[in-house]
Amino acid sequence: MNLLEPAILTIITAATPLLLAAIGELVTERSGVLNLGVEGMMAMGAACAFAIAITTDSTALGIAGGVAAGTALAALFALMTLGFAANQVACGLALTILGLGLSGLIGADFVGARRDPMPKLEIPGLSDIPFIGPVLFGQDAFVYASVVLVAGVWWFLFHTRAGLTLRAVGDNHVSAHALGSKVLKVRLAAVLFGGACSGLAGAYLSLAYTPFWVKGMTAGRGWIALAIVVFSSWLPWRLMVGAYLFGSVSILQLYAQGAGIGLPSQLMSSLPYLATILVLVAIAGTRARARAPACLGVPFVPDR
Amino acid sequence: MRLELQRRPQQSRAMLLWSPVIAVALTVVTAAVMLAVIGVDPARGLYVFFVEPLTSAWGLQELAVKASPLILIAVGLSICFIANVWNIGAEGQYVAGAILGGWVALAFHDTGAVWVLPAMLAAGVVGGALYGLIPAVLKVRFGANEILTSLMLVYVAQLGLDWLVRGPWRDPMGFNFPQSVTFLPAATVPLIAGRLHVGVILMLVVVVVAAVMMARSLKGFEIRVVGMAPRAGRFGGFKEGPLTLFVFAVSGGLAGLAGIIEVAGPIGQLLPSVSPGYGFIAIIVAFLGRLNPVGILVAGFVLAISTLGGEQAQILLQVPLDFTSVLQGVLLFYVLACDTLIVNRIRLVASGPRTATGSSEAVR
Repeated sequence: MNLLEPAILTIITAATPLLLAAIGELVTERSGVLNLGVEGMMAMGAACAFAIAITTDSTALGIAGGVAAGTALAALFALMTLGFAANQVACGLALTILGLGLSGLIGADFVGARRDPMPKLEIPGLSDIPFIGPVLFGQDAFVYASVVLVAGVWWFLFHTRAGLTLRAVGDNHVSAHALGSKVLKVRLAAVLFGGACSGLAGAYLSLAYTPFWVKGMTAGRGWIALAIVVFSSWLPWRLMVGAYLFGSVSILQLYAQGAGIGLPSQLMSSLPYLATILVLVAIAGTRARARAPACLGVPFVPDR
Repeated sequence: MRLELQRRPQQSRAMLLWSPVIAVALTVVTAAVMLAVIGVDPARGLYVFFVEPLTSAWGLQELAVKASPLILIAVGLSICFIANVWNIGAEGQYVAGAILGGWVALAFHDTGAVWVLPAMLAAGVVGGALYGLIPAVLKVRFGANEILTSLMLVYVAQLGLDWLVRGPWRDPMGFNFPQSVTFLPAATVPLIAGRLHVGVILMLVVVVVAAVMMARSLKGFEIRVVGMAPRAGRFGGFKEGPLTLFVFAVSGGLAGLAGIIEVAGPIGQLLPSVSPGYGFIAIIVAFLGRLNPVGILVAGFVLAISTLGGEQAQILLQVPLDFTSVLQGVLLFYVLACDTLIVNRIRLVASGPRTATGSSEAVR
């Protein structure tokens, strides 16, 4: 029990950025757009959030800045892929390269700066319950926000008319267009939402996960988030399972390294990436295939 | 008033040639603006970035040395992209080539035999190709997304190299620095003149072979057909599975070749990091070069200028290195946007009541 509780707590913190980024990308992909730039948007979110939080000494403004940065990059992506109907895979890669570079430029002035991580929100009474208290009621705001976001996205996608439209646009944009749905407007909204979530995930990394900013601190989390979306078969609740699974793998390898298992640390560090590959292989070709939005990655140029 | 995309009846031949030029020009303008923003005189900055590398013999040689790995990798990637296969793990295949080739070097370089270097280069190609085949097999056999698997393998390869040079392959006399022993001359790519090494010639050979293969051979035709219209390819008897393996092996092999040339040439030993991101920059090179080997040859030099200029600007003007990657990302965006003009034209339409059939939000 002594070991389990801190382990679960760290798993939650490791899973939250993955979950935040993945839930945004899930909505984007459900509308039929594949945005591979998650890593870049996250990196920008982390850098901008930290820079703004340090300069204004306000965590709230920092978070807003991170979200705004992610959204701004997503808007650029939308201009390219929706406006110019450019190749989505290539644009996503461009967005990653651009985002990583820009985040380096912005963050350079803040290397070495330190800011206390976000406080945990303690709920008097409930937080004192042994084990359950700290795990369920002693998290920072991001953790609660991520769970609320997942629930909200699930409700939106499957219980609202707008959600139905979004799924229709992603599954068959020609029919949706014929029925009068504004395909590109729906996709724009979905891409911007994805960017905002990635920016939020980045803000979590630099404002809550660690008390500082370093270059490349996203360390492939954006790509793992993309893999989690595939793993989830585009279903919000499974996304949550996926994020926590990957969070566990990355924490387990830390524990294993700490425990001094005689394996090279580099091998342990590569476990999350190997696990991603394994999961992609395991999930591919099963039922998941059929669930992918049918128009994923296909540009739409309305015909007259 | 608003802008609207309109499909051209035919691809524009003029734009086919002009779109990369426009993209580069726009990037230079953006660079000037960004330099002004970070407080560097734009005229001096642009000169250091884009002109100075071209003004000295040393600069030109260094340019060719920097462009070689980019072009080698990009030629392979272009073949993948034409086949509609998305290998974005070239950086990992480059490292894999460096590892396997480097192993041959460490094992045999003290024999001084003439076959050591050719064996290293071959091992580099094999290492890269095998590493490239992993995502290919996972895609063909299990249907796993090759974009994500190939990218994940980049991290794995980098960590693997890191382990090797800190562990089993560390130079025992190297004061505990994470590096292998320096390769002896038998395991080093010979220099032609100044900084130019034999790898540059190998690169040119690869460009010619790829150009001939893509334009004149059945394989080139197959790659294009399957990429553009997989259904038509199937009717023509072309199989997507084997083709995916083929293009991944070729691009992985070329990336591996680039890796071992770099390690056996300019670097001369194995280090924890053997690439300033060539595998990713090469993606930009491939698109800027219009996925055409000759175009890539030109594009490789353009990106090499910006990389070299970026290093100079860091030394002379204290411009951070990330400035260069921002510019390169921006360049890729411009290239992709300009490519749209090849199949579409942008028209200015008078705003007003929307027609019943018209579409309004093509360009916002």
